[in-house]
Amino acid sequence: LEANSRDHEPEKERRTNAIKTSKYNTFNFLPLNLFEQFQRIANAYFLILLLLQVIPAISSLSWFTTVVPLVLVLSVTAAKDATDDIVSMKRTLPLGLTHPPLPTLPLYLGLTHPLYLIRKVFKPLDFFHLLLGCLILMMTHSPLLPDKPCVSSLLSEGEVSCEPPNNRLDRFTGTLTNAGQKYSLDNDKILLRGCTLRNTEWCFGLVLFGGPETKLMQNCGKTTFKRTSIDRLMNVLVLCIFGFLAFMCTILSIGNRIWEQLWGSEFTAFLPRQGGVDAPFSGFLTFWSYVIILNTVVPISLYVSVEVIRLGNSFYIDWDRKMHHARSDTPAKARTTTLNEELGQIKYIFSDKTGTLTQNIMTFNKCSINGKSYGEVQMVHRKSYGEHTETVDWSFNPLADHHFSFHDHSLVEDVKLESPEVQSFFRLLALCHTVMAEEKIEGELLYQAQSPDEGALVTAARNFGFVFRSRTPESVTIVEMGEQHSYELLAILDFNNVRKRMSVIVRSPEGKLCLYCKGADTMVYERLHQSCTKLMDVTTEHLNEFAGEGLRTLALAYKDLDEEYFTSWKQRHHEASTSLEDREDKLDLLYEEIEKDLKLLGATAIEDKLQDGVPQTIEQLAKADIKIWVLTGDKQETAENIGYSCNMLREEMNDIFIVSANNSDDVRQELRNAWSTMKPGAEEAANFMPERTLGNKPKVVRDEEVNGEYGLVINGHSLAYALEGSMELLFLRTACLCKTVICCRVTPLQKAQVVELVKKYKQAVTLAIGDGANDVSMIKAAHIGVGISGQEGMQAVLSSDYSFAQFRFLERLLLVHGRWSYLRMCKFLRYFFYKNFTFTFVHFWYAFFCGFSAQTVYDEWFITLYNLVYTALPVLGMSLFDQDVNDMWSFQHPQLYVPGQLNQYFSKTAFFKCALHSVYSSVVLFFIPYAAMYDTVRDDGRDIADYQSFALLAQTCLVITVCIQLGLDMSYWTAVNQFFVWGSLAMYFTATFTMYSNGTYLIFPASFPFIGTARNSLNQPNVWLTILLTSILCVLPVVAYRFLLIQLRPTINDKVRPLTNHTLSSRNTDQLHAAPPPPARRARIHRTSTRRSGYAFSHAAGYGDLVTSNCFLRRPAVTLTTAFTPLGRTTGFSPMGRSAGYSPTGNALNSRPQDVEVTSLQMYHRMRDPTF
Amino acid sequence: MKEELETANRPDNTAFTQQRLPAWQPMLSAGIVIPGFVLIGLAFIGIGVALFIASQNITVLEKDYTGVEITSDCYKCSNPSDKNCTCKLDFSLSNLFEGPVFFYYGLSNYFQSQRSYGVSKDDYQLSGDLDYFKTPISACSPYQYDANQNPIVPCGSLANSMFNDTFKLYQIVNGTKKLVPFDGKGIAWWTDYNIKYRNPSVTPLKNAFNGTVKPPFWSKPAYELDTSDPSNNGFVNQDFLVWMRRAALPDFRKLYRRITEGDYASGLPAGNYSLEIGYNYPVLSFGGRKKVVFSNVSWMGGKNQFLGIAYLVVGSLCVVMSTVMLIVYAKFKFPEDD
Repeated sequence: LEANSRDHEPEKERRTNAIKTSKYNTFNFLPLNLFEQFQRIANAYFLILLLLQVIPAISSLSWFTTVVPLVLVLSVTAAKDATDDIVSMKRTLPLGLTHPPLPTLPLYLGLTHPLYLIRKVFKPLDFFHLLLGCLILMMTHSPLLPDKPCVSSLLSEGEVSCEPPNNRLDRFTGTLTNAGQKYSLDNDKILLRGCTLRNTEWCFGLVLFGGPETKLMQNCGKTTFKRTSIDRLMNVLVLCIFGFLAFMCTILSIGNRIWEQLWGSEFTAFLPRQGGVDAPFSGFLTFWSYVIILNTVVPISLYVSVEVIRLGNSFYIDWDRKMHHARSDTPAKARTTTLNEELGQIKYIFSDKTGTLTQNIMTFNKCSINGKSYGEVQMVHRKSYGEHTETVDWSFNPLADHHFSFHDHSLVEDVKLESPEVQSFFRLLALCHTVMAEEKIEGELLYQAQSPDEGALVTAARNFGFVFRSRTPESVTIVEMGEQHSYELLAILDFNNVRKRMSVIVRSPEGKLCLYCKGADTMVYERLHQSCTKLMDVTTEHLNEFAGEGLRTLALAYKDLDEEYFTSWKQRHHEASTSLEDREDKLDLLYEEIEKDLKLLGATAIEDKLQDGVPQTIEQLAKADIKIWVLTGDKQETAENIGYSCNMLREEMNDIFIVSANNSDDVRQELRNAWSTMKPGAEEAANFMPERTLGNKPKVVRDEEVNGEYGLVINGHSLAYALEGSMELLFLRTACLCKTVICCRVTPLQKAQVVELVKKYKQAVTLAIGDGANDVSMIKAAHIGVGISGQEGMQAVLSSDYSFAQFRFLERLLLVHGRWSYLRMCKFLRYFFYKNFTFTFVHFWYAFFCGFSAQTVYDEWFITLYNLVYTALPVLGMSLFDQDVNDMWSFQHPQLYVPGQLNQYFSKTAFFKCALHSVYSSVVLFFIPYAAMYDTVRDDGRDIADYQSFALLAQTCLVITVCIQLGLDMSYWTAVNQFFVWGSLAMYFTATFTMYSNGTYLIFPASFPFIGTARNSLNQPNVWLTILLTSILCVLPVVAYRFLLIQLRPTINDKVRPLTNHTLSSRNTDQLHAAPPPPARRARIHRTSTRRSGYAFSHAAGYGDLVTSNCFLRRPAVTLTTAFTPLGRTTGFSPMGRSAGYSPTGNALNSRPQDVEVTSLQMYHRMRDPTF
Repeated sequence: MKEELETANRPDNTAFTQQRLPAWQPMLSAGIVIPGFVLIGLAFIGIGVALFIASQNITVLEKDYTGVEITSDCYKCSNPSDKNCTCKLDFSLSNLFEGPVFFYYGLSNYFQSQRSYGVSKDDYQLSGDLDYFKTPISACSPYQYDANQNPIVPCGSLANSMFNDTFKLYQIVNGTKKLVPFDGKGIAWWTDYNIKYRNPSVTPLKNAFNGTVKPPFWSKPAYELDTSDPSNNGFVNQDFLVWMRRAALPDFRKLYRRITEGDYASGLPAGNYSLEIGYNYPVLSFGGRKKVVFSNVSWMGGKNQFLGIAYLVVGSLCVVMSTVMLIVYAKFKFPEDD
């Protein structure tokens, strides 16, 4: 690829950035669309039917009976395809317009702030299949850095050679040659497609890959076409129906053969056979004739109706104001319109943590200083929702961050009283950290913290009058109660996951040496001086309280150092840090040595802010018997902590198993232990090897019962072993016994693997919800993927099926929309099969009375219009408006959701019942009119038992019966439904009288031979009495059966529905419309036994070195941004593609970064999401 | 409640989009179902009784004249080769057969409901379209053209197989035969007679049939079906219309004549009768049966016991069912609490 030499770029070779997403244009639409449509089996089937119908010997029905519905179905589908196409084309346009220059960007690049912070953040991708790939080179070497944008002359000829397109996000190799100089290009110098540049006004780049060649595109994996379980069931059923159709036709053709032999051959005087047709051949022809007549058992409009219903129900999701997030003005969006009913069947939810359950905002909430707990006021007030508590006024502090709020005034009082402990406490917070400060404008401090926890702590200190202002590698400047002091920074004893603490050693302006330490309570407590015992007890109590509330705690301690000792320690420290062997161990030993006999200052409690309503939502979903597994890239402590604050883990749980072993055997042992704790004695009997049934499909693992509540926390390492073939079943069964499962430190790939595991062994519908790129694989793997929208990363949304802004909307999506969709779809299917079977089976009975001649019972026009006109709208109305109980009651009784999970509303059994019901109805519909019309005449003696009158009678009975049946099934009669039902009946009679009128006959004599039938038979009382008897007899047994079932075996539905009516009539209706009272905050049970640490610090190692290194000097202190949470390599972005395997033995996750280059750029251009 | 601002993306607040449409929500509660069953049951029993009584009051006299038994007078005619055979059927009435009396012929095991039989006719031709006199539609095959390629009018199996037995009823009064007058008008549907079937507007009617042949089984062409009455001739001949309205079931009866005139306007008086049958129509070859039926009608049409009994049975079942449901409800009704 040559740069900047335009004459070397032949137009042809340049890849355009646009991706063609529209399939059709105006001219090819019709043929192409028709071709596609006829590839669908259902449509092809009807085409074959049509062909059969034009064979005169077979044709038992006029061609129009098939053509009219087929054309209608094809045009509806074509219209939908066209709309989809236009929509996708419209979405294409803006992107194409806004980014055309990208592919031809010059190679040179420069940044307004050369060495400052460049953030790459995944930004909203406008449309996923239009990925504009761009890899922008960032030149950090000074020779390439221009001072001004117009530097194109700097490089007249440049050349980039690089690796071919691949899906590895974590590496890139290439070289840039310019003016004879070579620069190596690695992963840190490229921008991936979808990144956003921040904090720079402009930047030059060179596009290396575009479109599908971009790494992101290569990584997206194949989007599999998702189908609902109802879809799959329907396919099976349709096959069964085909079989049944063939079976019926075979019986009837055998009947025909026998009839032809016994009667037909003798009846030839009046009905001569067509030439060459003998009895067996006639039987053969009859088979096909009956295929035509009985084809309505495979209803052509089924698929179209299903699509329409799903579309309608998707629109309800888009339209729902209660799923619209006001703050970000983001409405919910059903991105897939084909999965709705599956939302009513979810059994497992896999949730991401950061950004999904939490807001990724940390707030300094409480603290305990010298045995006194602060911040409690806030908690008291939080009990009453929406009540504003008086926050602390920060006006005394000009440097305060006014976004920070605190509700306990006593702490401010204590600070103002200059209590030494309180002062030390905040001084520690202001000194002991790796935050960097930016002060572009005097007095406006922006902190840049490596972890949000630190940011919160330093901000808290700032507001309470201990303002961290700036740092150099050797000093930290803070403003203490308005006075600026500079502390000499002598050492940073850096944080890591083993130490779980960090310390700084500083010399105060007065010359006092002091070590400040903050860290996990467990770690700090071990190193405290004995004199602190009493304080420890009090603080422990506070820590327990904090932890019980799900807050993240840190213990703070300090120690005054002896000058002499420190000098010697410093010497040894220097030796250790420069030694080549066992540097880490030596340093650790040194750290241990100095961090002892600490004096406890207190503890901090930080709230990892949950999104609104998360605990309530989880509680509701748990009541609906939905299991929630949290899959997070976070550390175990953080994940556990969130588990507690979401009420997923609870103190009163019988046991919480933590699996964090590092090899296969240990993991197995830990899982087995967990299993035997939960199911004592059952271990021997349990078989954990995957059984395979015939056809090599893994056996479905049934749900198992367990006494008590358990939780399981497993980390990524162990999970890698647990997901191995020999252990996966043990893991799955153990996990499924637990009420809560939390997988921490998992890679995106593992997220998908866990989902796949559950999909494989559990006959359950899964849902994955997440917000970031790391959730994409899991979102794609699950039956339903939900993306949290309205935030920066849109990748999750783009690969999701549904998106909304807040986790709490999930409750409404599932318990209301999902449940209704499922209910509606099931009701629709049951009714639709019923009405078509009933319609068709009548032909079967009539066959015995028409010599198996494929004579239809009904008028051909009725056959044509039955599904399309007479019965289409009422059932559609039911499937769009029906609700068993309204949304409030759905929330109040989440158990209403359970039948969906158990497939109770539509299954093979339900289908079979439907078919039986149809058989009964068809028997009544044929034999009652048969017996009632047998040998009878009109009241003026004329004919009424003729074929046409009988046909009219049968079809009228049928229409009325199916309408009443619909009325029975429908539980929510809106005006629209009333209109549809009565309208359809009126339509039937209007159409019938019109088609059987003189005028119509005179225009088309051959097409409307039923002239006069309606007038001659529908004025007879015995005809109406027959209609009444038939329809009542069809329906009454159903009513009786349902009534008895409600009495004898009431479902949850039957129990809740009367309540709603009761409330409607007796209580005031306001209550029904009012929101259910927010669940009272769970009363904390005071812990008696084990102590749980609330430690959860999302910090990564390596930053101590950074802030003390000389490279840091290159950063002017005023250029940092606020609220910035970059991350270290340890929790960095991992490849999300399938190809990027995860090795359990590799040390990619937990080890220290091996190669943190100490440049500011290196530090800050990690991907956004700090914690997976 | 309304504090949230209407932002650009906020969905509309309508009852429809928010799924809050007011609705009637019926339920299968005991208070509706049990009384409902009782009411339906009682209503059905009432209807059933009315129907049953109406049906009981209808008199039907049915006589088979196929001539299967040797004892039957028509046995001699049962040989199809025997043309223009006449037989008679004697019967006596002990009471007055209340009028108006309808006289039907009935056929059994006769599949007018067969599809290929039913479609074997030409509606255009029968509506008087002369184009179709020359080229009848192919559905009429093999009665579309005769061996000489002359079009058959009316074409098709249905027309060709028209019933052609003739009947004359005599009352034996003091040993002499007194002809009971038959009324053959208005036995077909008004719509068939006035709209659906029409003769071509050619006079004389015979000319319209030039170049066509009569159906092979017919003894005379269509334009000679009733030479005495032009309004009962050709395609609008009442007997033809009755035949062309094909039956739904293999056993059927068709109206032949009404007895409404003269001494018999109020019915057939008690006494001896003799029915003279012109036996032409062969049914024995396919195991069919022929019969004649005298019947009067009521408000509910002809005699049909089934409907009344069915109503009574269903009505009773409803009442029984309501009792069962009441018992079940009283015993098992689930507690009203949450």
